[in-house]
Amino acid sequence: MPPTNQTACEIREAIRRRRLSATEAATSALAAIERLDPAIHAFLSVDAEGARRQAAEVDRRLAAGEDPGLLAGVPVAIKDNLCTRDGQATTCGSRILEGWRAPYDAHVVERLRAEGAVVVGKTNLDEFAMGSSTENSAFGATRNPWNTACVPGGSSGGSAAAVAARMVPVALGSDTGGSIRQPASLCGVVGLKPTYGRVSRYGLVAFASSLDQIGPFGRTVADAALLLQAIAGHDERDSTSVDRAAPDYLAGLEEPVRALRIGVPREFFGEGLDGEVEKAVREALGVYERLGARLIEVDLPHATDYAIATYYLVAPSEASSNLARYDGVHYGRRAPEYSDMIDMYMRSRSEGFGDEVKRRIMIGTYALSAGYYEAYYKKALEVRRLIRRDFERAFEKVDCLMGPTSPTAAFRLGEKTADPLSMYLMDIYTVGCSMAGIAGISIPCGFTKAGLPVGLQILSDVFTEERLLRIARMYEREVAWSARVPGGSSKGGP
Amino acid sequence: MSTADAIPTIGLEVHLHLKTRTKLFCGCEVEYEARPNSRVCPVCLGMPGVLPVMNQKAVELAVRMALALECTIPELAKWDRKHYYYPDLPKNYQISEYDQPLGIGGSLEIPAVRPVWAEGGMKRVGIIRVHLEEDAGKLMHAEKGGNYSVVDLNRAGTPLLEVVSEPDLASAEEARAYAEALRQLAVYLGVGDCNMQLGQMRFEPNVSLRIGTDGQGRPRYTPISEIKNLNSFRSVERAVAFEIARHREEYEADPTGYTLERLGKETRGWRDDEGISFLQRSKEEAHDYRYFPEPDLAPFVPDRAWVEAIRASVPELPEKRRRRFIEAYGLPEYDAGVLTADRCVADFYEDVARRAKDPKAVSNWMMQDVMRVLNERKIGIGELEMTAAGLAELIGLVKKGSINRSTGAEVFQKMLATGQSAPEIVAEENLAQVGDAGEIEAMVEKVLAANSRTVEDYRGGKKAALGRLIGETMKASGGKADPQVVREILIRKLGE
Repeated sequence: MPPTNQTACEIREAIRRRRLSATEAATSALAAIERLDPAIHAFLSVDAEGARRQAAEVDRRLAAGEDPGLLAGVPVAIKDNLCTRDGQATTCGSRILEGWRAPYDAHVVERLRAEGAVVVGKTNLDEFAMGSSTENSAFGATRNPWNTACVPGGSSGGSAAAVAARMVPVALGSDTGGSIRQPASLCGVVGLKPTYGRVSRYGLVAFASSLDQIGPFGRTVADAALLLQAIAGHDERDSTSVDRAAPDYLAGLEEPVRALRIGVPREFFGEGLDGEVEKAVREALGVYERLGARLIEVDLPHATDYAIATYYLVAPSEASSNLARYDGVHYGRRAPEYSDMIDMYMRSRSEGFGDEVKRRIMIGTYALSAGYYEAYYKKALEVRRLIRRDFERAFEKVDCLMGPTSPTAAFRLGEKTADPLSMYLMDIYTVGCSMAGIAGISIPCGFTKAGLPVGLQILSDVFTEERLLRIARMYEREVAWSARVPGGSSKGGP
Repeated sequence: MSTADAIPTIGLEVHLHLKTRTKLFCGCEVEYEARPNSRVCPVCLGMPGVLPVMNQKAVELAVRMALALECTIPELAKWDRKHYYYPDLPKNYQISEYDQPLGIGGSLEIPAVRPVWAEGGMKRVGIIRVHLEEDAGKLMHAEKGGNYSVVDLNRAGTPLLEVVSEPDLASAEEARAYAEALRQLAVYLGVGDCNMQLGQMRFEPNVSLRIGTDGQGRPRYTPISEIKNLNSFRSVERAVAFEIARHREEYEADPTGYTLERLGKETRGWRDDEGISFLQRSKEEAHDYRYFPEPDLAPFVPDRAWVEAIRASVPELPEKRRRRFIEAYGLPEYDAGVLTADRCVADFYEDVARRAKDPKAVSNWMMQDVMRVLNERKIGIGELEMTAAGLAELIGLVKKGSINRSTGAEVFQKMLATGQSAPEIVAEENLAQVGDAGEIEAMVEKVLAANSRTVEDYRGGKKAALGRLIGETMKASGGKADPQVVREILIRKLGE
């Protein structure tokens, strides 16, 4: 089996046992990228030389008998809104940061490097992580490996596609309103959004600070757990990262959760949900029932009905502030011609930002303006509290919540670009979790007749990632969706 | 209503740099004279992906100042973002505190400049709020002809304390006195150095005139002028005086139009060389700062025990101490003011006074000898090579008559020069006062014999001749005789 078909856990094990060298693993990943990425465009930059150098260092450590780290030799792709100081640009998929090289590594990148991971490249995304299809990248869209006429979801579409296409076993993404879970669902991989505060945001280019969270992609639950293990924990440089030790996510992964109580929110199966997606999700719930779990219908009145509206006030407001710094003065792109300072600001920003980013900056600027703040931003924060309470109440009765990650499977490129609202609704099941700051995961739970993956979303209370992963693993053991290969034979299935 | 009865209504916003080793949100050193852009990092440069981490020392100093200003420290304070675009502000927002600052509702007592509004020579100025925020960098424009500007971000992120007063000040002199009192307090508390040359303290006065009442009996005000960015006490006084006069003129020219109701608040700049203010922004052009809670920082929930510990560590404040010096030690107002202006000087004075058990004499020594040396050498009391015990010992020698006061002044200088103690110098140089009356009498007789002309002058009515005879006798004693004793003996002898 070529190394790229191996999971991160397998690669790590093979390298530790010296059956595979880190250099071979890196070479294999780089070859896969070269072969597959022209059709997918998951990567914005590939650091072949850097990857080989890091791999050689892991091999040296192993040869010297040193601890090569938790991720020894595992090739990893990084969403391009995470800062890396390896000479690769950190663009956020935006013209305004085209060619900008970060002078520092994000906390998560530092962690990965410390654990021996080999960073092979930076992945495509919707500009500044704003979007659900990766079509908003200034450097061209990413395509879904299962059907290149379709989008991979977004905003972490590059990372999801890179893992789905087996170019890399694992990747990092960021999730603000569903940007890990939704593309994971559309690309048929596992994507985890940790509890807000579980992973340091230091070095993640901010979109909406109170929502952004970094998380792993993998083809298996164990790989997601492995990557989370490496990045979770307190970091003094992020005041919102919680000072609470991360448990061992791998140790008990194979242990099923006994007497599992699954909450099934009525609102997750309402209008707009595609029939095939619903069928696949209900079948997955059936698998859990057969495993002894109890399904309990619950209500999340605010978390679905008001979540999108609230999210589209909170996130753009914070974005309008976070993106104020891109003005062409200190770094990044400056308009080539301008008449004075104000003109320089206006032209640099007008030319540097894409439409969706401008749309959100305008929404946010409006919502924070004097006279509107109370009616919009402040009100949104109040509704956010109600959303959080919905989940708190639900978790008094159940261990987790399950439903579809996305209302539909992958849609075609260009299908929703003219209608931002229909694009926003792709996150209807994912934003509630982000607004509440709880943990969520999307795992593959089947395919549509057209051969497109469907994702099951599982949500659990803050800082219960360990149990969430075990719950996801219970199902994964029963099915073989992850064995299917895009463009290959359809041998996977329950 | 004429402007003759107008009452200036002045409030002051004061910004001062807190005395921290590092910046407010990162580990960069606060360093005023470093090479441009050499004290910067991704955080204070506002690079993509960075996050602020609150400097706990800055919070502590801010709370200390707030407590000294008798503010309430609320259960919760929060940080907010204030947005505006300017190249010296890397993030294009400033992290500040908007509606829940860390200190609210205090006051500061200042010496009254116009006793008509004062009680007991003091005036209490209300403090609306005290809050913490980050400073911006410095923008420098190219010389004439250049079409570019350069920015130095060493100052970006320096902790800044903003103290906002109630509009309780009623004259330019009072605005200055308040600014000076605030500076003294900050320095006293060790909260800031407030060096004006380094831009560590800046002032923004708000000026309006209250002119009688309107038809409904409500007070009528001229618009509020906020003068930005003044950096000296003198400019505060001048700018406020200028504004008061300008408001009077504007109002007299248009009593119905030039009102707060119509024109609201305007922002003005100050040209120090010309001594005039100029309009920067009218009400219509006012910025919308789009404040919202800073999501990257947790709200500040002060631990009560921690606050009380800071409160307990706040020393006696200068104004209170000044009054105590006057009352308890019987010092003149002026001397008490000088001795309490610097906390270390005041501490030194009290230490010496306690040892020498003569507060008035010690004050005299401080004012005449110690302060002169400090001023001449431009040093602080901490750098004076003399201990409180050493000075008390010297003062003790004079008090018990071992040496006279003028010898004491010489000994003081020698102590500084040699580091020896007063008794050592007195013994070594044989400076002890000749106290024996018989010995002095013998000297007087010799002097009288040798200066018969002067004696005749004196007896002939020229009383000034006595001084010359005293001088001669003192010279004969090598300066060691007690001049008072010499004088008494001389008068007695001459009267014989």
